[in-house]
Amino acid sequence: MTLIDLANPSKFLALTARVLPWLAGATAILLLVGFYQSATAPDDYQQGATVKIMFIHVPNAWLSMFVWGVMSIAALGTLVWRHPLADVAAKAAAPIGAAFTFLALVTGSLWGRPMWGTYWEWDARLTSVLILFLMYLGLMALWRAVDDPSRAARAAAVLTLVGAINLPIIKFSVDWWNTLHQPASVMRMGGPSLDNAFLIPLLVMAVGFSFLFVTLHLAAMRNEILRRRVRSLQMMQASQQAA
Amino acid sequence: MTALAALIRRDIKIALRVGGGALIGVLFFLTVTVLMPFAIGPDLPLLTRLGPAILWLGALLASLLTLDRLFTADHEDGSLDLVVMGRTPLELACAAKALAHWLAAGVPLIVATPVLGLLLNLDAAATSAVALTLLVGTPALTFTGMIGAALAVTLHRGGLLLAVLVLPLSIPVLIFGVAASQAAITGPLSFGTPFSILCALSLVSFVVGPFAAAASLRHGLD
Repeated sequence: MTLIDLANPSKFLALTARVLPWLAGATAILLLVGFYQSATAPDDYQQGATVKIMFIHVPNAWLSMFVWGVMSIAALGTLVWRHPLADVAAKAAAPIGAAFTFLALVTGSLWGRPMWGTYWEWDARLTSVLILFLMYLGLMALWRAVDDPSRAARAAAVLTLVGAINLPIIKFSVDWWNTLHQPASVMRMGGPSLDNAFLIPLLVMAVGFSFLFVTLHLAAMRNEILRRRVRSLQMMQASQQAA
Repeated sequence: MTALAALIRRDIKIALRVGGGALIGVLFFLTVTVLMPFAIGPDLPLLTRLGPAILWLGALLASLLTLDRLFTADHEDGSLDLVVMGRTPLELACAAKALAHWLAAGVPLIVATPVLGLLLNLDAAATSAVALTLLVGTPALTFTGMIGAALAVTLHRGGLLLAVLVLPLSIPVLIFGVAASQAAITGPLSFGTPFSILCALSLVSFVVGPFAAAASLRHGLD
């Protein structure tokens, strides 16, 4: 089983039909364990119970960037290797990524109110994530603006790769501009600075949300393939009626 | 080289002639700057403080307004297909077109800045700081905007989409442009730091813009 075998949409559909129930089950278990662990995690000595927002906020923030990374790889697949499913993957990922980014912004703002005393601050991290959200929306608008899916795919792929420049800016914005948002505490040189009582639920939640993304993404890709089949069947029917 | 020079000369000529629309950008810039005191109130110290931001916003919107011209007219009369099929590498041709567009539509904005600075009660040092940052920053706006223009020309009703696609890319330029000019006027920070980042953004856009625009033209027009 290699990547090129998956180029056949029928094989892809057959494989994902077998894999998806397992993935969905694993996601449910991971998220349930994660939610339980987060709910029973101790309160922070400074932040109190509000620290638990972290278990939702941080995985969403990671995934908002991860999904753009997946879309960038898919964009390379569209432009360089002409992989037939790459544009399906890119198109299916965009709304999911936008949703993760939106959730990261909302939970961050709900967390910011008790901690920083404000829902929104024009700080580097917040602003760059907001730009990421705008770019997701622009990308989705671009997908919808073109009728022909393969042309839309190539236009969107170029924009995705250009937008990928934003990812390192978001990642390092807290280190470059020392503002309100706290610096990275898990993925940093010298190991995580979090206590295990917080780190373990956070990692379980992160893995759970990643599984959630893979599940939703594969399901959305299946929908997109089926939608394209319906479209081409309709086109065939229309051309037969015209003839 | 001669082909590129000819392309630049042709684009500038078309842009400056009647119907070319390059100078509409300056008119728009003037209008935005004049509207601001009506919205904010004729408070001169406040206008001095907001001046660099107003000028930068005006220049950004004006260059966005003219970006539409970069490829659409050529696409409509078919000469864009000749450029795409020609022997000159499309990346270089895109860079030449963007350069011509900047010379025809961007430079007039910078020339107009001192006059508009007077309206906003900026002193000579502040005006020259803003003009200098615009001189360095507007090429970045043109070269990243070119990506959006190339994407929009391959779609049919892409005009409005252009703004949505380009504005997020131009936010860093705006931030550092305004930061450098503010630093020159009041700020505790030095002018050099944000100014060098602005230069770096321009240099990056020289590399990324032509390649991305050429890629989307090549894929979009077939």
